[in-house]
Amino acid sequence: MSNMLEIRWHGRGGQGAKTASLLLAEAAFDTGKYVQGFPEYGPERMGAPITAYNRISDDPITVHSNIYEPDYVVIVDDTLIDVVDVAAGAKETGAIIINSDKGPEAFKDKLKDYKGKIYTIDARKISMETLGRYFPNTPMLAAIVKVANILDDETFINAMDKSFNHKFKTKPAVIAPNMEAVKLALKEVKG
Amino acid sequence: MAKKDKLSGNEAVAIAMRQINPGVVAAFPITPSTEVPQYFASFVNDGLVDTEFVPVESEHSAMSASIAASAAGARAMTATSSNGLALMYEMLYIAASSRTPVIMSCVNRTVSGPLNIHNDHSDSMGARDSGWIQVYGENNQEAYDNFIIGTKVAEDPDVMLPFMNCYDGFITSHSVENIELMEDQEVKDFVGEFNPEYALLKSPSAYGPLALQGYHYETKRQQAEGMKNAKEAILKYSAEFEKLTGRKYGLYEEYKLDDAEIAIVIIGSTAGTAKYTVDQLREKGIKAGLLKIRVFRPFPKEEIAEVLKHVKAVAVLDKTCSLNDAGAPLFLEVRSALYDLETRPMLINYIYGLGGRDVKTSDIESVYNDLAEIVKAGKTDNVYRYLGLAEE
Repeated sequence: MSNMLEIRWHGRGGQGAKTASLLLAEAAFDTGKYVQGFPEYGPERMGAPITAYNRISDDPITVHSNIYEPDYVVIVDDTLIDVVDVAAGAKETGAIIINSDKGPEAFKDKLKDYKGKIYTIDARKISMETLGRYFPNTPMLAAIVKVANILDDETFINAMDKSFNHKFKTKPAVIAPNMEAVKLALKEVKG
Repeated sequence: MAKKDKLSGNEAVAIAMRQINPGVVAAFPITPSTEVPQYFASFVNDGLVDTEFVPVESEHSAMSASIAASAAGARAMTATSSNGLALMYEMLYIAASSRTPVIMSCVNRTVSGPLNIHNDHSDSMGARDSGWIQVYGENNQEAYDNFIIGTKVAEDPDVMLPFMNCYDGFITSHSVENIELMEDQEVKDFVGEFNPEYALLKSPSAYGPLALQGYHYETKRQQAEGMKNAKEAILKYSAEFEKLTGRKYGLYEEYKLDDAEIAIVIIGSTAGTAKYTVDQLREKGIKAGLLKIRVFRPFPKEEIAEVLKHVKAVAVLDKTCSLNDAGAPLFLEVRSALYDLETRPMLINYIYGLGGRDVKTSDIESVYNDLAEIVKAGKTDNVYRYLGLAEE
């Protein structure tokens, strides 16, 4: 299963890391891939550290464990870097993507044992500019798709449009701002 | 035409229920099964089914209402987990002895305590002798398929027993994975109408009568006959199902077992993780194999003995502990099944994954390594073992 991509999400309860992992699974499914999207349920409450996972492959996936050697790590909340061993097992051939207004260099020290690439994206700024509220998951989702080259921009934008139209059927006003957040994030991820 | 989709196990099972359109669904929420009646309630609300949905005040009532509906002649369905199943315990026996083919998903979760919402098989394994057919799924596809096949099996005139569709809480119930759904009409045609020979609204019949020394014993023997017949019914309807969908199911699944020297016997989602490990070991030339038990009740004892007899050493993995200092349920039954063989594999038991302890591919690999050691040494030493325990 050399073509299998494994992604681990670190976020805090309420930031939508679980939803982002499910949306990523849906988007990858739309391009004909085999997918898994699953959160690690703990004592769920606002603000508590949570983990979610994705497997994406050209072949059926039978493994049903958590992910211990991820290709990519997405950190939805950078304060977690001091709390959780976010780089644990992360492959050097992949990357860590951090939600921060700082550049990747700012994290070289804290993640000094990690030899892979580090990217940052200011999901707070993008979220506030487009949605007017802090929902970092949509920009982070766009960032991982871009960095891991899971889908090309156009395919991804179309997949998200479809997902948001379904997910926000009852509140269509938030569809356009979310799409704006996706498009902006695809441009603003820094590596 | 089958429809490719991506769904969680719970959503897939709720869709199967919508496609079947049962007469009655009575349920009480408990994690991780809650989504099943939750999704189904939205189908009721949206007018997609004609089902009488009964939001009861406890699991005991959920099962009571299901039994009553089934006895009246309606197809009745429910879902539960863990302590919810424990609260139904009394009524599980009533369902089976009344020969009411209630269909229930048991989204496997450990039974408290200590309090824990995560997966193991202690809930359904505790009810293994209640007279319910028990079929376990590895993933969302099997949870969906087993539910549809199970409805047909339970209602077979030679069976008429309640059916428990077991799949792993969170790991299967809440993970989104690829799945192939049948057409609505295809499902309806496959399960057909529920048309029992006896029913309260159809013909004079009695449910729940007193049966003392003169009748009780014979009733139990007849239940046992129904359970015996369930084996043939499962094979028959699984074969019909294969013709429709191309998905083949038996009483168990053999994975690279034909020429295996060492093998694992396992139930549920970890079978998938073990298949990956078997592939890895095969690449190294190690003759590892796997037997995944799909049907636990009735227990396919002769068939299991037949497929395991050539293996040198076998590890039976139980996701529950019996706390009996003798071995967990699957192990004891596999060991008993092997007793009549002239030469038997060496056998060990592992307890694993209790309360949601994650099972890694490396954990499974360590079991195969232990089996290889046993083959080399020619003896098992400690028979009763724990996998992935954090304490020393």
